Amino acid sequence: MSILVDRATPVMVQGITGKIGTFHTQEMLKYGTNIVCGVTPGKGGSDVHGVPVFDTVKEAVAKTGAEASVMFVPPPFAADSVMEAADGGLKLCVAITDGIPAQDMIRVKRYMRRYRQTKRMRLIGPNCAGIISPGKALLGIMPDHIYETGSVGVVGRSGTLGYEAAAQMSELGIGVSTSVGIGGDPVNGSSFRDILELFEADSDTSAVVMIGEIGGPQEAEAAEFVRDHMTKPVIAYVAGLSAPKGRRMGHAGAIISAFGESASEKVEILRDVGAVIAPTPAAIGETVRDTLANAA
Amino acid sequence: MDIHEYQAKEILSGFGVPIPRGGLAYSPEQAAYRAREIGGNQWVVKAQVHTGGRGKAGGVKLCNDEHEVLDAANELFGKRLVTHQTGPDGKVVYRIYIEGTVPIEHELYLGLVLDRKSERVMVVASGAGGMEIEDIAANEPDTIIRSVVEPAVGMQAFQAREIAFGLGIEPAQVQQMAEIIMGCYRAFRDLDATMVEVNPLVITTEGSVVALDAKMTFDDNAMFRRPNISELRDKSQEDPRESQAADRGLSYVGLKGKIGCIVNGAGLAMATMDMIKQAGGEPANFLDIGGGATPERVAKAFRLVLSDDNVEAILVNIFAGINRCDWVAEGVIKALEEHPVNVPLVVRLAGTNVEEGRKILAQSGLPIIRATTLSEAAERVVAAWQNDLKHNVKLVDTK
Repeated sequence: MSILVDRATPVMVQGITGKIGTFHTQEMLKYGTNIVCGVTPGKGGSDVHGVPVFDTVKEAVAKTGAEASVMFVPPPFAADSVMEAADGGLKLCVAITDGIPAQDMIRVKRYMRRYRQTKRMRLIGPNCAGIISPGKALLGIMPDHIYETGSVGVVGRSGTLGYEAAAQMSELGIGVSTSVGIGGDPVNGSSFRDILELFEADSDTSAVVMIGEIGGPQEAEAAEFVRDHMTKPVIAYVAGLSAPKGRRMGHAGAIISAFGESASEKVEILRDVGAVIAPTPAAIGETVRDTLANAA
Repeated sequence: MDIHEYQAKEILSGFGVPIPRGGLAYSPEQAAYRAREIGGNQWVVKAQVHTGGRGKAGGVKLCNDEHEVLDAANELFGKRLVTHQTGPDGKVVYRIYIEGTVPIEHELYLGLVLDRKSERVMVVASGAGGMEIEDIAANEPDTIIRSVVEPAVGMQAFQAREIAFGLGIEPAQVQQMAEIIMGCYRAFRDLDATMVEVNPLVITTEGSVVALDAKMTFDDNAMFRRPNISELRDKSQEDPRESQAADRGLSYVGLKGKIGCIVNGAGLAMATMDMIKQAGGEPANFLDIGGGATPERVAKAFRLVLSDDNVEAILVNIFAGINRCDWVAEGVIKALEEHPVNVPLVVRLAGTNVEEGRKILAQSGLPIIRATTLSEAAERVVAAWQNDLKHNVKLVDTK
């Protein structure tokens, strides 16, 4: 098992005919992802690396049975595409696009609430590296060779820092069940808490690495979940100890604007609920190793 | 993106928010002329800089005749205003706004923000205006009213009324107040703002409600569809390196340390800064060159980091995902050939084709200190920086 995606998941690529979409479709196919269709309005009837392209999500779903999508649509049209995916009956949408206006995301999240929880699409991202279940499926842009198969779940906002953590773990022979990038935007689809809940329920995940950063309330919400519901060990690192207040650090959401949003405050909150804190970003791998050894 | 007070007022005025009569000036003479134009016998001369706390920093002056306006403007133009928000460098005053005064009965606070917890627009109001919201929250938390807007239908009149009544104002002003709240909300929504703040919002002795100060911040991600807002950007209020970086598609934040950083990805860039600090150094900047890290971007990044005279050592930390380390290494070498670096340089490459990348760096013959891991990279750049310092001190001693 893994969370969210596995070998069988039939996958759609939204924005498949763009330069980025085409490139990553090829990479994901190479990895063995079960890509069954693509969608670009106006390009229906063509194909990309042998994947049939449709004009609308509904048509693509009807013809191919796609259940999940990975989205590379440019920012001005991205929110619309996410809503089309939600309405088209997909269970999961992984939005890679960086630069979606925040008010568009507010609208997207409101729109998704029209559907009963059981029918509601799960959104990952935007502005994220995607999802990888090593050896099974890649719905994202991460360099797949740094991920070993294994039983540690990884969830983080940042792409390259997630790679860093995965590479440190691989170096020590520690594999990953699924790695999920939730993205660096202030309004995003799934939170740390949402993903922790999935990992807690996944029988093949034995521990979770959570990589947070400055800004926003999601690490604190995740801490409450860890305290009340997690039985599996959580290893955490929060980036931005040296970040000044009130300055936006790259990610649209990485800004300390309220109490509890600095790295040191988040570290304290997570430590208090029993998460094992990696003291530095270079020590994520060894902290996981030691935690697994203690748990065994 | 931030804009000036006078620009925010002009925008809000277009959405039905009453503002005092005012005019903009680029010179002291123009300021005096504006005062005459506005009329009356008392004016406020306000420095237009992108920061709060202008009053305390001497950026707002009350004047009783035209000569005082001229003097105040003379003093303010070109002045470097240092407030608790600007940092020690402050912000230079190039524009001044002159307003007629308003007889104040009572000061209120009104703000609209993007609330990350509810992931919706939230209106925040308080009957205790005139101080910053942080201070209101600390000193008079019970006066704060919060109201979250349902995004599908937008803000409703009853919500605005509830806030207005909650502020405890006279019934005669409730309708005015509700219209101001609705106007601010429409401006926020229609123009892709992330923050609208009217502080103070005042009730005059004549019983009208007026926005005495205004501040708006906009979503950078939405500027592609807001050309009229985009035009209001004032580069004189930005760190020149940050605006240069933004123009080149890089994300840069200048800091006070000595070790320049070039990293791909915001999270890894923050983590690299944390490591430098851990190793005993201080980062000179945050710099995210984007996940892709093309050779062109690496070259631009070197130019940018080297334009900071404080930089005494540089750390390049690239985790190649989609691109390849050999490609990044070639970019680094190309950048060094074009812009020789005379401070210690540590390069750490990881990810795809890492062996080829390291080989290219080794064979280049350039004085590059290589590192394999993140911790090694941070330790080496701090050590090289400290050695370089000692070395330079010795050179000075022997002279």
